[in-house]
Amino acid sequence: MNEVSSQHLDALVREAQQAIHAAAKLDALEDIRVRFLGKKGLLTLQLKRIGALDAVDRPIFGSAVNQAKRTLEADIAHRREQLQTQLVAKKLEDDVIDVTLPGRGMGIGGLHPVTRTINIMEDIFVRMGFATADGPELEDDFHNFEALNIPVGHPARAMHDTFYIDEQLVLRTHTSPVQIRYMQEYPPPLRIIAPGRVYRCDSDVTHTPMFHQIEGLAVDEEISFAELKGVLIHFLREFFESELKVRFRPSYFPFTEPSAEVDISCVLCGGAGCRVCKQSGWLEVLGCGMVHPEVFAHVQLDSERYSGFAFGLGVERLTMLRYGVDDLRLFFENDLNFLRQFR
Amino acid sequence: MIVSESWIRNWIDIRMDVDGLVDRLTMSGLEVDSVKRAGPDLPHIVVGRLTAVRAHPGTSRLTVCEVDVGGHSPLTVVCGAPNVMVGARVPTALANATLPSGGVIEPASIHGIDSQAMLCSGMELGLEDSSEGLYLLDDDAIIGQRVDAYLQLADWVIDIDLTPNRGDCLSILGIARELSVLTGSPLRHTDVPGCAAQTERVIDLVVSAPAACPRYFGRIVEDIDNHAFTPVWMRERLRRCGIRPISPVVDVTNYVMLELGQPMHAFDRDRLRGGIRVRTAEPGETIELLDGSELRPDVKTLLIADHHRAVAVAGIMGGVDSGIDAQTRHIVLEAAHFAPSAVAGRARSFGLNSESAYRFERGVDPELPFPAIHYASALLQDIVGGRPGPVFDETTQRALPKRTAVKLRHARLEQVLGMQMEADQVDTMLRRCARGVRRYKHHWEVKPPSHRFDMQRECDLIEDIIRIHGYHRVPVSFPKLSKTVGQLTESRLPLARLRTLLTDRDYQEVITYSFVDAAVNELFGDSQGVIRIANPIAENMSVLRTNMCGGLVQAAITNLNRQQRRIRLFEVGRTFHAHDGKRQEKLRLGGVVCGKLAPEQWAQASQEIDFYDVKADIEAILALTSCSNRLTFKQSNKNGLQPGQAAEIYCESRAVGFLGRIHPQVQRDLDLESSLFLFQLDLASLLHRDIPQFVQLSRFPAIQRDLSIIVGVEVSAEMVLNTIIEAGGKRIVNLNLFDVYRGEGIDPGRKSIAFGLTLQDSSRTLTDEDVDSTISEIIAALDDRFGAQLRT
Repeated sequence: MNEVSSQHLDALVREAQQAIHAAAKLDALEDIRVRFLGKKGLLTLQLKRIGALDAVDRPIFGSAVNQAKRTLEADIAHRREQLQTQLVAKKLEDDVIDVTLPGRGMGIGGLHPVTRTINIMEDIFVRMGFATADGPELEDDFHNFEALNIPVGHPARAMHDTFYIDEQLVLRTHTSPVQIRYMQEYPPPLRIIAPGRVYRCDSDVTHTPMFHQIEGLAVDEEISFAELKGVLIHFLREFFESELKVRFRPSYFPFTEPSAEVDISCVLCGGAGCRVCKQSGWLEVLGCGMVHPEVFAHVQLDSERYSGFAFGLGVERLTMLRYGVDDLRLFFENDLNFLRQFR
Repeated sequence: MIVSESWIRNWIDIRMDVDGLVDRLTMSGLEVDSVKRAGPDLPHIVVGRLTAVRAHPGTSRLTVCEVDVGGHSPLTVVCGAPNVMVGARVPTALANATLPSGGVIEPASIHGIDSQAMLCSGMELGLEDSSEGLYLLDDDAIIGQRVDAYLQLADWVIDIDLTPNRGDCLSILGIARELSVLTGSPLRHTDVPGCAAQTERVIDLVVSAPAACPRYFGRIVEDIDNHAFTPVWMRERLRRCGIRPISPVVDVTNYVMLELGQPMHAFDRDRLRGGIRVRTAEPGETIELLDGSELRPDVKTLLIADHHRAVAVAGIMGGVDSGIDAQTRHIVLEAAHFAPSAVAGRARSFGLNSESAYRFERGVDPELPFPAIHYASALLQDIVGGRPGPVFDETTQRALPKRTAVKLRHARLEQVLGMQMEADQVDTMLRRCARGVRRYKHHWEVKPPSHRFDMQRECDLIEDIIRIHGYHRVPVSFPKLSKTVGQLTESRLPLARLRTLLTDRDYQEVITYSFVDAAVNELFGDSQGVIRIANPIAENMSVLRTNMCGGLVQAAITNLNRQQRRIRLFEVGRTFHAHDGKRQEKLRLGGVVCGKLAPEQWAQASQEIDFYDVKADIEAILALTSCSNRLTFKQSNKNGLQPGQAAEIYCESRAVGFLGRIHPQVQRDLDLESSLFLFQLDLASLLHRDIPQFVQLSRFPAIQRDLSIIVGVEVSAEMVLNTIIEAGGKRIVNLNLFDVYRGEGIDPGRKSIAFGLTLQDSSRTLTDEDVDSTISEIIAALDDRFGAQLRT
């Protein structure tokens, strides 16, 4: 076995090649490599014993051994490749899962539809240059009524069903007091919207004692009614994502003059007449008008120099129209089966 | 205001059908709420005259009537109504007539007598909600004529939702006048019939509050017959306008109010002691009103009194003592002008509803009392007879509403509307709404008519112009941006970001009422500083919340009751606090969580949510804020929470919120089947974030070491981690606590804490010696502070 000869070398190579071919696993193949080509491997030993040969034969034999090593290395590499491929094939065969089983982990929540609507509205108005403003929900008589040209005894007070804390303090009945607070604090030009909770002492099928409004106000030199129309028509068409018809109808609010109510062609029947629009084809969606000079006087603004428009819209009403919700009270029942529809 | 179309057309000849009329009104600010037929078609129901009435032989409740309906022979009709009498003209439903209710009339034998038709009540005709007998027709009704034709039921009843500024439209005349302004068609007439005095009788009148009552007209009418019937045409008009006929005198005053807009009142002359005094109430004075209620008016309330007591609350309601009844023989008619400020808000504060107050507080034309009192006495003359005396009055000219000229500048009109308008066009429209119009080169001066209380300023005229012209004619434009508005800064953390974070962590947003049950609110907060609503809608909505927990727990209960088991809710809203006489609002975020941590899913048993799961959500929120590095959680004894499982959250020394498990006792009190966790954060102090400052990345490798130490159970994780960071210095780039263990192998009273440390230097590769020395320092510090041992 330990002889050094070309015959023996050939025999070793043949033996090794048979073993490589027969190796069924990667670790068996590695054993074979170690046995023949390792530091103490059989072929390595052949080289180490080369000194036993004649000086003339040494280079020839040496190169034969190296040739044999390269051959075996190539064979091993080839076999390894084969085994690895088989292994992958086997893995593919064994590791089959049911990809239709549901994924695991946490779920996903959602915003309240009212918040969702306010977000959309804010986005639309922000792109028209309006900033968001805020005011207290506990409001004094001055900001909620007096400064808005609704003095004590004014019939409009009767329409507000106010929650009182005491003689001077109320839960705000509309978001309009934010107009006053903002004008008291900042000089024109102004362009704001103010979303928020408002309160009225009224509860039945179509009224909840708390609901949401968005107030809008623009004050500058030479603001006109035509511009009010432009802003609101644009808003309504963007909000409903439809080129719906919009009409302005004269109305009355103590803090605007001229005042208007705005109707849109019914989003449910397209104007043909249905239960929701009471067969009129129109839906009333908001109130607006040109800021009353009396209001400017209350905040020490010169109504000769400045003019402005203001508007107020009911968030729940627009949310109901947008998503087809038919019962206002659902918004405050907080039933998850309802809320989860607005993810 | 409900009006009848035909009544309006009596006042104005307008070439427009009812749809056109309704559209014109709505688009001019008189919003039409509904349009209904005045009454149903009544085929086969005709005017019949009772020619004989006898008792039914079989039963005492019924009568047998002979009814002439214009045929060859009278019909025999069995009837149960109490008001049958010979000569009466009544609606008679012939055989095969279909009543509005759907019933069909068929000849039938009633207790042995054949009845060939049916005599109808107002309810059976579909005209009244309830009736007490037959609907009696006037003697001018033509026998055999269809009743619907006689009553002219082919009329429309138009309900107009009037805005409070248009008190001038609270009458048939007012609506007709408005239509005339809008269309340019003139009124047919502007005056009403009157009636000359037949006696000299007057009553002593003193108005001692002229500012509140600038004008008072009265008239005595003697010897009336209040047993008479109000004619059918008047009852029908009252009915169509939503007013119930009562008695001739009351009906006439109501009729004049509806037609002209002047509220009137009638006193029984014999029940007035002495003359009439128009004065304010005296302290402690009381008055019993026509609706049966007793009122104790404050001293600012304007009253009509005689020489002994109050007989009416001026412009609101009459007193029962001086009221009219069937026996009344002599009356005093009142048509006064009360100032809006004398009536405004008063009826509501007394809890009263009256047509009169509704009109006076909106402003009644001060020129109306005279024609109204004349018209009423003329109408009365026709119905109840009697002899009117002269009209007497007291008028204080200076107290009457002023009608000062208002200036309208052409340029201002165009600027406010954003459109151009021809001066001639403007002029025409102004002359339709007011008689006193003076035109100048660039402006007009307009004297408002006496019926308009809302024409005081230039903007009022601008509104009238564009209302008449049509809002649809205003062009559409867009405001020019003269300056950007508001300012955005990155350091302001948007609320929307917090909402997004929570929804992405599987929370559902809710909105609960800001008012809650006082007891529920107190479970999670203080009883002090709570703000109460003076007029709550219900006792369980009577205080403003001082914490977010009450409403959230309520929302959780709602869903638990609807078979939800895993609930994760949050709300953004305000809480309200009284503090040292001041009221404060705090914007807060609250949450409630119960059930399993993860949704139920396959091959993974989900555990019940615990404190640390909720804490992770809160830490995630706070990580967005500038508080993220300055937070501490301190054990808390907050109301409503379980003491061992609740923490207050501090950003440095400032409390910013809390979280914890609901107290088991509170859970029981609320009848909650499962425990839940609550949290609340004060957003005012949290909506700020740090703007990131870039730090150079280290190019050198990081080294990871795990350590496990044993300390007393009283040592908190926070203390250990802080000590490690202090001792390890800034080479520690990550510190992760991955295990806490108590039990077998560890002394009772002690616990093991394991954590992973990642060390890195920004300027060189750390050697093993560097790392060992840092670790030794950490261990030494832990040993020094807590007697920590290394766990091996």
